[in-house]
Amino acid sequence: MNNIKRRKITATVALGASGVATAIGLAFLAAILWTLFSKGLGGLSLSVFTQTTPAPGSSGGLLNAIYGSLVMTLLGVLIGGPIGILAATYLAEYGRSARLSTVIRFINDVLLSAPSIVIGLFVYTLVVVPMGHFSALAGALSLAIIVIPVTVRTAEDMLRLIPQSMRHGSAALGAQPWRTITSIVYPAARSGLLTGVLLALARVSGETAPLLFTALNNQFWNANLNQPMANLPVVIFQFATSPYPNWQSLAWAGALLITLFVLFLSIIARLISSMFGVRENRVE
Amino acid sequence: MSAITIPYRAQLKREARSEWVFRSLTMASAALVLILLAGVLMALCYGGWPALRTFKFGFLTHQIWNPVTEQFGALAALYGTVITSLIAMLIAVPLAFGIAVFLTETCPLWLRGPIASCIELLAAVPSIVFGIWGLFVLAPVLQHAVQPWLIATFGDLPWIGKLFRGPPYGIGLMTAGFVLAVMVLPFITSVMREVFLATPRSLKEAAYGLGATQWEVIWDVVLPNSRAGIIGGMMLGLGRALGETMAVTFVVGNAHRISTSLLAPGTTISASIANEFTEAVGGLYTSSLIALGLLLFVLTFTIIAAARLLLLQIERRGARI
Repeated sequence: MNNIKRRKITATVALGASGVATAIGLAFLAAILWTLFSKGLGGLSLSVFTQTTPAPGSSGGLLNAIYGSLVMTLLGVLIGGPIGILAATYLAEYGRSARLSTVIRFINDVLLSAPSIVIGLFVYTLVVVPMGHFSALAGALSLAIIVIPVTVRTAEDMLRLIPQSMRHGSAALGAQPWRTITSIVYPAARSGLLTGVLLALARVSGETAPLLFTALNNQFWNANLNQPMANLPVVIFQFATSPYPNWQSLAWAGALLITLFVLFLSIIARLISSMFGVRENRVE
Repeated sequence: MSAITIPYRAQLKREARSEWVFRSLTMASAALVLILLAGVLMALCYGGWPALRTFKFGFLTHQIWNPVTEQFGALAALYGTVITSLIAMLIAVPLAFGIAVFLTETCPLWLRGPIASCIELLAAVPSIVFGIWGLFVLAPVLQHAVQPWLIATFGDLPWIGKLFRGPPYGIGLMTAGFVLAVMVLPFITSVMREVFLATPRSLKEAAYGLGATQWEVIWDVVLPNSRAGIIGGMMLGLGRALGETMAVTFVVGNAHRISTSLLAPGTTISASIANEFTEAVGGLYTSSLIALGLLLFVLTFTIIAAARLLLLQIERRGARI
């Protein structure tokens, strides 16, 4: 009897502790979001979107950094996305059970969690040193390298969801595999592929480390891809660690903008994929 | 008859050529993944070679990092990287275990989805946001509330007391470990949740049938059954923690020295690179930083590869993680 009582108490205490752990985890999220909103909203004003980064003490905004971030992340996704989808096509369609595919999948998973700062060093030695200067192009390239493994992973999963019977039907009509893939499989997996690209976009829009020594930073407005370009993460890094209050307040505003953008993308991606999942069940 | 066949054959030929082109494109893209990995490794070896040639094995065993005299040793950065990651794991693993247990066992069904989404949201927050949060919010809290208490409670004890001595700076190895813990929490949690859910129902029901309490089922049935997955998830989190840059750079203090106290400022490999790379003048300085990058890449590669191999074994049995 005593033994049973002890076991029941242990169970209650342990399961209670698991609830406490969850509360702590949620509290971290709440603390971060609360700080971000309370400090970021204060720094947010119209001038953030209309003026370029200021000198210490004077007023200004983040226009050039927002522009640079948009250009580089979009360029990164435009380069990395198609390559990722093509690689996923090989893994899911042509080489589904090839031994090479197992190796590529494994290496891709490792690249997925590789430190992004190392990618920055890679692009630095490969592009920045030969070119002789930092450039937005090098920044976009380093983001593209981060986009590739993310896209490969999700796109392969999405292509595998398409039922084999659709491929067989197309083949029976005499279509070559490439025609089956481009006219049957891709359209059927369209929303899934879009989700993957959106998730990759979300992943790179907050990346700072690879941009530190590829795109560097720029105090001024610059639309030349061959020159250093301002971008939100590096500006936040520089401004937050500065002693000037107006820079710090802009850093918080920038951090809020990035987080809202990333959360927005994640939610959209989730919505699309849940719609996709429902339709997929009906096809089966 | 022949009037129909000839264009038809031309079309077939065209289709076959397109097939070859498309197939080659996909293969080239897939091969690019392998080339990327080899390229990263080769570029880092090439860039770090001057430093490795100058300092040889001493690069790993010396802690002096002096740009003026051009003496570079990685030991202090390596020490900081390992210590901050270990602190992160010590905090994050029990929390992740608790959350995974809560989400798979105790939580009411209607709440599971929302809470899991919230924890995953934590993974979507950019690392630079963790960095400024750590610097402006967490560091002052630790400095004024937590660290003085640690110093007063443990500082005088033999052995472990050494870890908690010196003034409470706020920024330092401990704060960096703390921020890292919050960052890797969602990754470890989601892997643990997946492997817990993969436990066969029949095993759990058999244990309940024998009269086990809910906790005993978790501890004696679910946990042993998902051991490999838990270790894999932990190592995946460790790999992330070792390579994380921005969050750590803000709060670690950037001091190239090894101190026994966890409260003292230190540095990590990634924080050194992020802080010093654009200011590095002279070939040897830059090269030493790239050699640090190589060290980090090899370290994380080994750990992540081992983790993935472990998780691959589970994937064969169940869901993809």
